[in-house]
Amino acid sequence: MSRRPEPSAVPDPADFPTRPYDLVKEFTIALVVVALLTAGLAALFSSPDDKPVTLASWSRADGADFTATAVTELGGTSGTAEYGPPYNHTSDAAQKLGPLGLQSAAGVRIPIDTANDFVLRPLTKAPESPGVRAGLATWSAAPASRQQSWTKAYSDALAKAPGGDPAKVAGGDYGPVPVLTTRLLGLARSGALDGQLQAEGTFYQTDYTRPLLFLSDGSYLESLARAQHLGGDQWGMMNETGSYPGQAWLWLYTFWYQIDPFKSSGNADALVWGLMALLSLGLVLVPFIPGVRSVPRWTRVHRLIWRSYYREQEAAVRARQSGG
Amino acid sequence: MTITGLLLSDNRGLSAPVDLNGPGHYVHWGVIQLSVSNLVVIGVMVVVFVAALLLPFPGGRK
Amino acid sequence: MSDRGEPSAADTPQRNESAPVGWTGAVRRRAVAALPPDKLLPDTQPAYMASWIYVFGVLTVASLIVVLVTGGVLALEGPAWWHVSGIGKYVNGLHLWSVELFMFFMVIHLWGKFFMAAWRGRRALTWVTGAVCFFASIGTAFTGYLVQQNFDSQWIAGQAKDGLNSVGIGAFFNVLDFGQMLMWHIVLLPFVLGVLTVWHILLVRRRGIVPPIGATDPADSATATAPAAPPSAPTPAPGEVL
Repeated sequence: MSRRPEPSAVPDPADFPTRPYDLVKEFTIALVVVALLTAGLAALFSSPDDKPVTLASWSRADGADFTATAVTELGGTSGTAEYGPPYNHTSDAAQKLGPLGLQSAAGVRIPIDTANDFVLRPLTKAPESPGVRAGLATWSAAPASRQQSWTKAYSDALAKAPGGDPAKVAGGDYGPVPVLTTRLLGLARSGALDGQLQAEGTFYQTDYTRPLLFLSDGSYLESLARAQHLGGDQWGMMNETGSYPGQAWLWLYTFWYQIDPFKSSGNADALVWGLMALLSLGLVLVPFIPGVRSVPRWTRVHRLIWRSYYREQEAAVRARQSGG
Repeated sequence: MTITGLLLSDNRGLSAPVDLNGPGHYVHWGVIQLSVSNLVVIGVMVVVFVAALLLPFPGGRK
Repeated sequence: MSDRGEPSAADTPQRNESAPVGWTGAVRRRAVAALPPDKLLPDTQPAYMASWIYVFGVLTVASLIVVLVTGGVLALEGPAWWHVSGIGKYVNGLHLWSVELFMFFMVIHLWGKFFMAAWRGRRALTWVTGAVCFFASIGTAFTGYLVQQNFDSQWIAGQAKDGLNSVGIGAFFNVLDFGQMLMWHIVLLPFVLGVLTVWHILLVRRRGIVPPIGATDPADSATATAPAAPPSAPTPAPGEVL
């Protein structure tokens, strides 16, 4: 009952010879098979569960990295501090997709002030020693340029110190920065900073933005990830911790990050995700894309799938020719 | 963790006969870096797909 | 409740078509016309369906059910349970491996359907809904990885935020916000995926399984096409007006 009587119209399946078929039984068998496979795989392999990093475990495992990161948070030079939207306004930080500035357009909807949120507020909320109280006062009294020069000088000094150890830093004009970051390190090691950043003075909390950003700004989390091949340039998006299979379906998403021009572009994320949005749309719209939609016809896979049907058709044609 | 807690909860890390928590192995081929686990999964998918195409399907028509 | 009088035994269900009773009657009429019971739950299939590639659709659906059930068990005890309980760890394993199987079967199903050009014969929407299911599944799995509450979640969140922020999405969809991601994972996305899956399956039932590439209507051949037994009486499809 096609309303478009084209000669190449796809025929109605109901017009073809049939065989009996038990839909419900097939579904039940499939369900049992999958359930058994799942139960077996889970019993054999279980699932990965690497413990999360906390500010406490980070600061204890790598105090030098924690301190260096804390200095950049205070000085506003950390990854988060210079991120741009949605965390803050930083000129030229946002990525662009050609002429489209989608990152900027979204605006600063998750405002983060790294100096206050990650360093100063936790310090003021915690019980302070007189030295820290004085340091906080010195800090807030100083103009921004002075604060910048202190943090930059201390950052540089930490980088030069053996092992980045704050205890081995050369003398210099760092203002109150060493006192503040030493105290922050102590707060972190005690576990208090985890609580401070997560709770932010409230009781119930399910948003881990602040502690996660702080963790991401350091090198410790990344070093753990890279050791397990989870880094962006290690095809990490596809991988899982340990030897577990990961997310093989993300192969094309992560592929672009491994090659130029994406690899060395400051707009890599925007470019890759823009491209993947386009390709995804392409996959959804395959039936409408000339060329792509003809690939099945050109390849021989369908001849395999329907080989019994094609054999019967050829036999029928031969029978008609010889019998006719 | 209390003794009761230990008894009630399982010895999590030891219960899986095949422990996949050890460091993974990776195959490098040019710019491609694949974990052996992912390679196995993809390989099995291809094998299963080809098998589905080739294996004879039982039952004739009515 | 109806005051239209009882139908007599000889009346056919089509009697109501000429007298639609409001919106309900119209919906019922259209639903039954599009998917009469023997089309919704057929007990025959076209004989050209003679390949193992056809089982991957039902395997995908079956896997999805196991994913939902195991996810439901995890939901019974809350997101932290599997870290502190041996049984919880096993259920989490069930959820992980059913997802791996789900993606495994779905992709093979996609490969098969592509090489069959299964969108032919007004089946484009079937392909479209299926492809959107694929991407919705990736998104659902992604939020699942985010709410594991372990090192993997931390790293994935930290990485994914860059991709999403770069195109403006991150400002609204904050992967660092566990509460938000959990609700997307267990409420919003499963609902969307469920609706898409049901729609996809109903489309398959409605259009029937696509005939082979190059197949012609058996009735169009000059003589009988079936070399063996005569075709069994196919389910009548006069209702397929759409």
